[in-house]
Amino acid sequence: MTTTDMTPAHLATAEPIVPIQTRSERPTSFDPADFGTPTGREVNWRLSDLKRLAPLLVDEETETGDALGIEYGVAALEERGLLVESRGHDAAPRGEIFRPEDVISAIAWKRCANALHIRLPEGQEQAEPVIARLHGTGADRHANAHIVIEAMPGSVATLVLHHSGSARYAQNVEIIVRDGARLTLVSVQDWEDDAVHAAAHQAVVGADAYLKHMVVSFGGGVVRVNPSVRLAGHRAEGELYGLSFADSGQHIESQVFLFHEGTETRGDVLYKGALQGVGARSVWIGDVLIGDDATGTDSYEKNQNLVLTDGARADSIPNLEIKTGDIAGAGHASATGRFDDEQLFYLQSRGIEEEEARRLVVIGFLMEVVQRIGVPEIEERLAEAIEEELRRGAGLAPASKAGA
Amino acid sequence: MSVLDIKDLQVSIETEQGKKEILRGVDLTINSDEIHAIMGPNGSGKSTLAYTIAGHPRYTVEGGSITLDGEDVLEMSVDERARAGLFLAMQYPVEIPGVTVSNFLRTAKTAIAGEAPRVREWIGDVRGAMEKLRMDSSFGERNVNEGFSGGEKKRHEILQMELLRPRFAVLDETDSGLDVDALRIVSEGVNRIKAETGLGVLLITHYTRILRYIQPDHVHVFVNGRVAEQGGPELAHRLEEEGYDRYLKAGV
Ligand SMILES: Nc1ncnc2c1ncn2[C@@H]1O[C@H](COP(=O)(O)OP(=O)(O)OP(=O)(O)O)[C@@H](O)[C@H]1O
Ligand SMILES: [Mg+2]
Repeated sequence: MTTTDMTPAHLATAEPIVPIQTRSERPTSFDPADFGTPTGREVNWRLSDLKRLAPLLVDEETETGDALGIEYGVAALEERGLLVESRGHDAAPRGEIFRPEDVISAIAWKRCANALHIRLPEGQEQAEPVIARLHGTGADRHANAHIVIEAMPGSVATLVLHHSGSARYAQNVEIIVRDGARLTLVSVQDWEDDAVHAAAHQAVVGADAYLKHMVVSFGGGVVRVNPSVRLAGHRAEGELYGLSFADSGQHIESQVFLFHEGTETRGDVLYKGALQGVGARSVWIGDVLIGDDATGTDSYEKNQNLVLTDGARADSIPNLEIKTGDIAGAGHASATGRFDDEQLFYLQSRGIEEEEARRLVVIGFLMEVVQRIGVPEIEERLAEAIEEELRRGAGLAPASKAGA
Repeated sequence: MSVLDIKDLQVSIETEQGKKEILRGVDLTINSDEIHAIMGPNGSGKSTLAYTIAGHPRYTVEGGSITLDGEDVLEMSVDERARAGLFLAMQYPVEIPGVTVSNFLRTAKTAIAGEAPRVREWIGDVRGAMEKLRMDSSFGERNVNEGFSGGEKKRHEILQMELLRPRFAVLDETDSGLDVDALRIVSEGVNRIKAETGLGVLLITHYTRILRYIQPDHVHVFVNGRVAEQGGPELAHRLEEEGYDRYLKAGV
C-alpha cells in the first residue's frame, strides 16, 4: 500500500517534483496516420489491453450499411429540445476544444461525419436528470462517435450517458461548460461482458462554471474512459469522480487529466474501484497539472482500490505537476489494498457474520463516491448495482491476507 | 448467572522476528454482576487478553481454555462469540468508511438478536441511549468512528454495549482519553447496564480514577503475560502509589 500526500508547505522544502510527463504537451492530431499503430510501450498504452482494443484501431468506414453498431435512445433529449443538428466535421462547436490524443480518438473523429450535439440552453435549469441511452447492437459491430455536450452560460443540468448491450465502440465526448454553467455528466458503462469501449472525454470549464464528471464502469470486457478536463476560467470548478467494479476477465481503465489553467480554480479527483475474480484488472493514471498562471489553485486527487480476491490486479499512478508556487493547496494519494482485517474484525466482534461484514466494508468503500453524485435516483440505482456485483462474487474466496 | 472462565491461557503472536509469546498462563474467573479490574504496565499483554477473548485472528492460543458457561469460546468464530454474549470495547476503535453508525447499529442488533428490531422501538432505544451518553443524534448519520474524537469513539463503544446487551464486557482502557465529564457519563453507563442486566465486566485501566466511579470487586495486577497478584480495591490504590517496580524486580 502506498500513500503520498503533498501540501505547499512540504513542497517548499522537498525536492522538486519531476513529472513523469508533461501531459499538456502530448501530441494531438485529427489524422489517425499521425499516431501510427501503438506498440504498447507508449505511456498512454503501456497498461492497456491493446489486444482486445485492436478492433478499434482499424480505420474503416463504420457508418455505411443498415445496421448501426450503436442505437441512440435520445427521445428524452428531443422532447426537451436539447438536440441540435450537427452536419459535417466543421459544424461548430464541434472541434472547438477537442483534439484527439490517440489513434482511436482520431479514427472516431474521422469516421463520425455527424456529431450528436446536445445543447443545454442558456439560463435554463433541467429539473430532472436527462438520460441518453446508448445501446450496442452486437459485439462484432464497430462504431465511432463524436458527441458534443454544450452547457450554455448559466445552464444547470444533470446528463447521463448510459451504455448497454455490446459493441466495439470508439467514442469522443466534447464537453463545453460555458461561463457560469453547472453541468453534472455521468457516463455509465453497463455493457455486456464482451463489449469493447474506448472513450476520450475532453472538457473545458469556463469562468465561475462547474463540471461534475463521473465515470461509472461495472460492465464491459475492456472499458477505457479517459477524461481530460481543463479548468480554463477564473474560479472554474471540476469534480472528477469514478467508480468501478471489475470482475474476472474485465479490464477497466481511466486515464484522468485535470489541468488547472485559470486562476483560483478548484479541482477534486476521486476514483474508487473494487476488483474480484481471476484476471480482473483496473488501471488508473491520474495527471494533475497546475499551470504557470493558475494562482490560487486548490487541487486534490485520490485513487483507491480494494482487491477482494486473489488473481485481480489494480494499477494506480498519480502524477502531480505544479508550475506555480502560489497555490492554495495540492495533494494526491493512491492506495490499493485488500480487505482491512481490522474493519472486518470490528464488525464481526459486534455479531455480524463474516460475509455480511465484507459486504458492508465493500459497499462502504464505494459509497464514498456514490454519495457525491448528489442525484438520489442515480445513487440508489448504483447502490443496487454494487449489491448485484457482490452477489456475483459471493462464492469467490476472499483475498489472502497481506503478507501471508 | 453466567461464568466466563479463563484457565492457564497461553497466547503468542507471529512477528517479523518469529513467534512471540505474550500470555503465559492466565487464570481468571468472572461471574455475572462482578467487576474485575486489570492493571499492569504497558506491553504486559492486557489488550492481548482482551483481543483473544474476542477472537482476533492475529493471536494464536497455544494452550489453556476460555469457556462461557461451560461452552468452549475458543471454538467459536468472532461473530459467534459476540452472539454468545461477549463484548469488547476496544482501546482503538476502527474507522469504517461509508458505513453509517445507524446502519451499523441496526445490522449488529439484528445479528445478535437473530431478528431485525421493530423499527419504532429501535429508533427510540438508540435515541435514548445516545442521550444518556450525551451523544448528539447527528452521530447516527456519520460513518463509524470516522473523524470521531478519542472520547467520542469511547462513548460510541459504550453506546453499542448498551444497545447490544452482552453478558460479559471487556473494556480495554475505555477511560483513556476521556475528559472528566465524559468519564463520569461513561462510568454511569457501565453501572446502569450492569444494574439492569447483571453484566460482568473486565475493566482494563491504568488509572484509579475510573475505579472511583466503577467499584471493582477484584483487582488483578497483570505483569509480563500473567496475573502477578490479586486483591480488592485497595490494591489499585497501592499500585497507584508504588507502581509496578515490585513485580518487575521480582522478575515474574
Ligand atoms: N504485531 C506485533 N509485533 C510485535 N510485537 C507485538 C505485536 N503486537 C503486540 N506485540 C507485543 O505484545 C506485547 C503485549 O501487547 P499488548 O497490546 O497486549 O499490551 P498492553 O498490556 O495492552 O499494553 P498498553 O498498556 O500499552 O495498552 C507488547 O510487548 C507488544 O509490543
Ligand atoms: Mg493495551
